[in-house]
Amino acid sequence: MEKMSRVTTALGGNVLTGRTMHCHLDAPANAISVCRDAAQVVVAGRSIFKVYAIEEDQFVEKLNLRVGRKPSLNLSCADVVWHQMDENLLATAATNGVVVTWNLGRPSRNKQDQLFTEHKRTVNKVCFHPTEAHMLLSGSQDGFMKCFDLRRKDSVSTFSGQSESVRDVQFSIRDYFTFASTFENGNVQLWDIRRPDRCERMFTAHNGPVFCCDWHPEDRCGAGGRWVDGGWLATGGRDKMVKVWDVTTPRAREVHCVQTIASVARVKWRPECRHHLATCSMMVDHNIYVWDVRRPFVPAAMFEEHRDVTTGIAWRHPHDPSFLLSGSKDSTLCQHLFRDASQPVERANPEGLCYGLFGDLAFAAKESLVAAESGRKPYAGDRRHPIFFKRKLDPAEPFAGLASSALSVFETEASGSSISWFVDTAQRYALAGRPLAELCDHNAKVARELGRNQVAQTWTMLRIIYCSPGLVPSANLNHSVGKGSSCGLPLMNSFNLKEMAPGLGSETWLDRSKGDARSDTVLLDSSATLITNEDNEETEGSDVPADYLLGDVEGDEEELYLLDPDHTHPEEPEYVLPQEAFPLRHEIVDTPPGAEHLQDKADSPHVSGNEADAASLAPVDSSFSLVSVSHALYDSRLPPDFFSALVRDMLHFYAEQGDVQMAVSVLIALGERVRKDIDEQAQEHWYTSYIDLLQRFRLWNVSNEVVKLSTSRAISCLNQASTSLHVNCSHCKRPMSGRGWVCGRCHRCASMCAVCHHVVKGLFVWCQGCSHGGHLQHIMKWLEGSSHCPAGCGHLCEYS
Amino acid sequence: MRLATAANEAYTTSLAVSELLGCKQCGGARNQDEELGIRIPRPLGHGPSRFIPEKEILQVGSEDAQMHALFADSFAALGRLDNITLVMVFHPQYLESFLKTQHYLLQMDGPLPLHYRHYIGIMAAARHQCSYLVNLHVNDFLHVGGDPKWLNGLENAPQKLQNLGELNKVLAHRPWLITKEHIEGLLKAEEHSWSLAELVHAVVLLTHYHSLASFTFGCGISPEIHCDGGHTFRPPSVSNYCICDITNGNHNVDEMQVNSAGNVSVSDSFFEVEALMEKMKQLQECRDEEVASQEEKASRFEIEKRESMCVFSSDDEEVTPARDVSRHFEDTSYGYKDFSRHGMHVPTFRVQDYCWEDHGYSLVNRLYPDVGQLIDEKFHIAYNLTYNTMAMHKDVDTSMLRRAIWNYIHCMFGIRYDDYDYGEINQLLDRSFKVYIKTVVCTPEKVTKRMYDSFWRQFKHSEKVHVNLLLIEARMQAELLYALRAITRYMT
Repeated sequence: MEKMSRVTTALGGNVLTGRTMHCHLDAPANAISVCRDAAQVVVAGRSIFKVYAIEEDQFVEKLNLRVGRKPSLNLSCADVVWHQMDENLLATAATNGVVVTWNLGRPSRNKQDQLFTEHKRTVNKVCFHPTEAHMLLSGSQDGFMKCFDLRRKDSVSTFSGQSESVRDVQFSIRDYFTFASTFENGNVQLWDIRRPDRCERMFTAHNGPVFCCDWHPEDRCGAGGRWVDGGWLATGGRDKMVKVWDVTTPRAREVHCVQTIASVARVKWRPECRHHLATCSMMVDHNIYVWDVRRPFVPAAMFEEHRDVTTGIAWRHPHDPSFLLSGSKDSTLCQHLFRDASQPVERANPEGLCYGLFGDLAFAAKESLVAAESGRKPYAGDRRHPIFFKRKLDPAEPFAGLASSALSVFETEASGSSISWFVDTAQRYALAGRPLAELCDHNAKVARELGRNQVAQTWTMLRIIYCSPGLVPSANLNHSVGKGSSCGLPLMNSFNLKEMAPGLGSETWLDRSKGDARSDTVLLDSSATLITNEDNEETEGSDVPADYLLGDVEGDEEELYLLDPDHTHPEEPEYVLPQEAFPLRHEIVDTPPGAEHLQDKADSPHVSGNEADAASLAPVDSSFSLVSVSHALYDSRLPPDFFSALVRDMLHFYAEQGDVQMAVSVLIALGERVRKDIDEQAQEHWYTSYIDLLQRFRLWNVSNEVVKLSTSRAISCLNQASTSLHVNCSHCKRPMSGRGWVCGRCHRCASMCAVCHHVVKGLFVWCQGCSHGGHLQHIMKWLEGSSHCPAGCGHLCEYS
Repeated sequence: MRLATAANEAYTTSLAVSELLGCKQCGGARNQDEELGIRIPRPLGHGPSRFIPEKEILQVGSEDAQMHALFADSFAALGRLDNITLVMVFHPQYLESFLKTQHYLLQMDGPLPLHYRHYIGIMAAARHQCSYLVNLHVNDFLHVGGDPKWLNGLENAPQKLQNLGELNKVLAHRPWLITKEHIEGLLKAEEHSWSLAELVHAVVLLTHYHSLASFTFGCGISPEIHCDGGHTFRPPSVSNYCICDITNGNHNVDEMQVNSAGNVSVSDSFFEVEALMEKMKQLQECRDEEVASQEEKASRFEIEKRESMCVFSSDDEEVTPARDVSRHFEDTSYGYKDFSRHGMHVPTFRVQDYCWEDHGYSLVNRLYPDVGQLIDEKFHIAYNLTYNTMAMHKDVDTSMLRRAIWNYIHCMFGIRYDDYDYGEINQLLDRSFKVYIKTVVCTPEKVTKRMYDSFWRQFKHSEKVHVNLLLIEARMQAELLYALRAITRYMT
């Protein structure tokens, strides 16, 4: 407010008026410049060169300087500038390298005054001296800057930047003799106009071309309360940065840096606002931004009128901060009023929300919002304790309204322990690399051990659905039996036998077992050989024993199996057991006698055999084929596809519950079987959430595994982006290009192993104390024998 | 052989080296493995280039440290030392940048999957019937797990790549016809659509391989030994003689003819260089006095542009496209030539309104990070490369000549520099040179050894390779400018 009042006094009551408006030009503009009376603007481009009068609510074309039947290239302007002392004097830079001056006071239609054809290449910029009437400076693509005295026919002095392409030249506003020039190679040079032989100072400002620069208009400015004369220079470059340099110090010092979203084509300090500057970009982005250099992330104001890139900006009056003029490639000339500017801060989301590692929730918002919310106290009863902070206001903060925010933190009680299952689960789950059945078993086991019974059941169910059902019981039995049910013992055995069979017998046995009852008995028999040697011989010998085995045992067998479900009931849900029972019974019907045989033998030797078998149960792969063959009937009745809808709902359910871990793990484990049934986006969403969680817990390995296993393209490409690591040479400190182990500049190998003195091309491990190191294995070996550095520097190396 | 041990991959290297050191006279060992009954492939060509005598080209093993590092890099990246590298090593500074860029485009982070990149390379090279590059990339394509079926023709590739065919065609022959509708068609094709980043990657690859095809033909690169047409299993000669034993090392018959022809006109060609230098000097001096009217200057560009359309070699010998290459074409008739025949109008593209440094770079770097930087460096090195020599003269400022060549190529594509006087081109580039440039840039498959030999007769081979570098970079930039301008227009 204080500033505003100062403006009116500066303008001496002659306050500018106007509104946001635009007018259509006939052709794209390349540059604009304002007359010092703030009432006229000149627009120049490849095929336009006109003066417009700025009236209350419109632009009025006043003069067309592009005259002549066949316009020459001299009129194709790259830049235009209006003298700030003389209302009649203009200069343009032509794309063909000619500098033209124009005198509006000439009576004829052609206002062209003088022609300087000294530059060999396109002239990028022209600039009048701020106080001297006849001094004009130009900067060209050919790398030269020329100073012209308008009273003479040719240049007074030529400055060579010793480099390609001058992109901008600007006279210092306060220092009579100084001007700045910017170059395509990223350098900025400061020159004394009296010394054309060499520049006063040079520094590298940007990476890539520096497109523009602007001296700060105020005579006294500086940082940290230190006020100095004529100090600040703003530069903008192709590297999307605007930098503010304090050039009063012996070494140019970067005071501020604003990161924009596109290369910066023009930069202009805002009058009367010490820290504001306007920028527009060369490509892609069409808006004009006004930045407060102290707040480099969010522009203070934004003008969005243009539909194509803005090529020229100018503040209408050197002491009025509210009017900005702009020309654009979309062939419009605009006047922007600062009060009509859109303010991104208003649209910006002033709330911040973040989860802590252990489930704490921090939440910052505008004070007003929080005050209203806290009236309702929604979180009070929820075992959580909101804590409120209030930030102290910073007087320098320009966005005072937003600065007053409140931060709330919600803590979950005993959160540390309650969340530990997540970490455990993440680390212990197996997601790939084994058959699905084993994955499910493993994961179910993990879940059960962590006390998450529902999840464990889910895994078990998945296994039943997607794997050959015959195997399910064995696993379940394994669990139940393992917990010490004595009655399950015989059952165990019956399975053990089967699983052993393939090991002993051949495939033909399996084939036969399909329809042939006898073969099955053989099978059982043969497995029994494990237990007793005599039987072994029998089996090998003939099928005869099978006959006597086909005895009256049928009833017994059934009893046995019926018994089992009852017994395991408390631990296993019903749906598992019936399934396990059915297939078994099928088999029993086929080959009833086996069981009796078993029971007979089960008495003594099985106690010991059982333990060993229990361990070997799950991983025996071959048992798969055997069992599934005998249960082909069952499979055909209920294909896994039948359940896919159910599984999908289940996954959604878990995701809804917030357990994306389960959803993602199942998704990965099941892979193709279920992926097609689930919405691509939902999958992606789960993946990202899960990966995010994993990374918060610093489970990098797990998260990478998940990324790797994910089938969603958007996810798997996460690990493909920015995978390169740049290193510098340890000798000359230059970045190493090309190969990582040999420096292209000093031709030395950068990372030598201190033990074997060879180049390390793979894993390099080094001591952070003395920075010597080498091959991982070599260092490990060395440290077994000695704790001193292998390089002989005497350091007691420490490796973690 | 040092290379082989250094790079640790004996098999391929020994192949490469034996290829390089074909026989004693020209370098290496005769094959003694004959008795073992192993069929050993023998290089057909003599050295990496058909145009440049082998002895002019650097021998592996005699390189200096910098070149050695370059070779090692190249070998490590590709697992081979191809003939292009061996010819380009005349200009190690450029080669380094070239290899870095190519490596990044093909093997580093990027939006396109690896096999797509090679396939696009094949598509682009096939437009110019460049069997050398096609063969090279067919191998690479299969190596990175590409589907061999795709190689039976573009129609077997995914729809997405098929869509790119049109852009490839236009870009290769008439880039000025690219409109934002082309871009839109690619970006909005339902499930086959390209993303902007992918498209930029594809465009960079296409332009890279179009211009590389120009280089391959322009320097007469010989096929690699492991590719079709690069080797023979026949015994070297009847009685264990290498051809060069008989001809005293001067085994290239064409070469001899040309040399004898050259001897006759040696004074002529000597004056050629002198005259060129004289002209450059004149232009340098009288630049200020020269007061060509604006209209005249303006019309010069148009004249040059029109003329560049007509410059064509009279001998229209058709190069029969290699069998396996042609399948990648749909429309062989679509070329630069029939275009000029119809005398269509090339619209003028003004560099001052859309140039690589300001606009193209920003766009590429935005959509395909780091590549803009790499290509920018490559352009800079190619444009600014000079040893300040011309034929036998030293300390010559060749910037004017280089700029004339660069701008002449852009002129053929309708790209105009406001600040350039196109009259200079006529003064500096004679007709045979123009024919060569035009052929290399527009219809590289028609380049003949005669064309290569007939321009700049007194100049060194390294200088001719230098010219080729300028040609390919200027061509690449021209194509990129048109493609990127269309993308920019699409985005706004």
